[in-house]
Amino acid sequence: MAQRQYELVYILPPDTTEQQATELHDQVAAVVSRLHGQIEKTENWGRRKLAYEIGKFKDGVYVLDVINGDGELMKELDRRLKVMDQVVRHMIVRVDEEKKVVDRTRTKRQTESERRRVRRGLPPQRQPGEGRSSETEEGDDDRFDGVEV
Amino acid sequence: MPFGQGRSGGRGRGDKKSADKQQGQRRPMFRRRKVCKFCADKIDDINYKDVKLLAPFVPERGKILPRRISGTCAMHQRKLQTALKRARQIALIPYVTD
Repeated sequence: MAQRQYELVYILPPDTTEQQATELHDQVAAVVSRLHGQIEKTENWGRRKLAYEIGKFKDGVYVLDVINGDGELMKELDRRLKVMDQVVRHMIVRVDEEKKVVDRTRTKRQTESERRRVRRGLPPQRQPGEGRSSETEEGDDDRFDGVEV
Repeated sequence: MPFGQGRSGGRGRGDKKSADKQQGQRRPMFRRRKVCKFCADKIDDINYKDVKLLAPFVPERGKILPRRISGTCAMHQRKLQTALKRARQIALIPYVTD
């Protein structure tokens, strides 16, 4: 089965206790391991304000899981999360392909700049204190004012 | 002169220049050439979780800032659009505010 990487974000009610959160996380983990996936990492963003009200909630506890697994697993997880009423909202996003593209452009840019630097007779890595300082870029951000049609 | 198109042919560069000049005289306000923020700052990854990065592209009303105003290039505007829409789904940024 194709191994893919997904990100699952879910929002719990603001009055969720630590224990409830871990309980729910265990439930997610159980489904993941049962369908031969692994949780790569878990991030708890803590409580933050929602941009809009969901039901009666104005804040929520955000949890992010990065999961390696296949589509079937995520389908099952999605179905279960929909049913759980202690989850205010959830979203699953596939990330592996985008990640690959990002890595590729990043390495490409780096090798390109190294190549150019070597051709100019400089060491491949940028030295500290070299080039323009970031201060010169200040006041450069007038891109958002003035409507141009 | 087999290739000679002279002044009248080509892409009419000369004409455009003079037109620009005329406009410039009518409206002397200088407008800085807009650059794509993501190209300029070399941001490869436009992530829906990064609210700080996305916030300038969501005006007060909650709409997505069009490219003609922000100056974002087509590729990055597309990526930005998906990121913003994802961020909306999980209530990181609003759909509408009024």
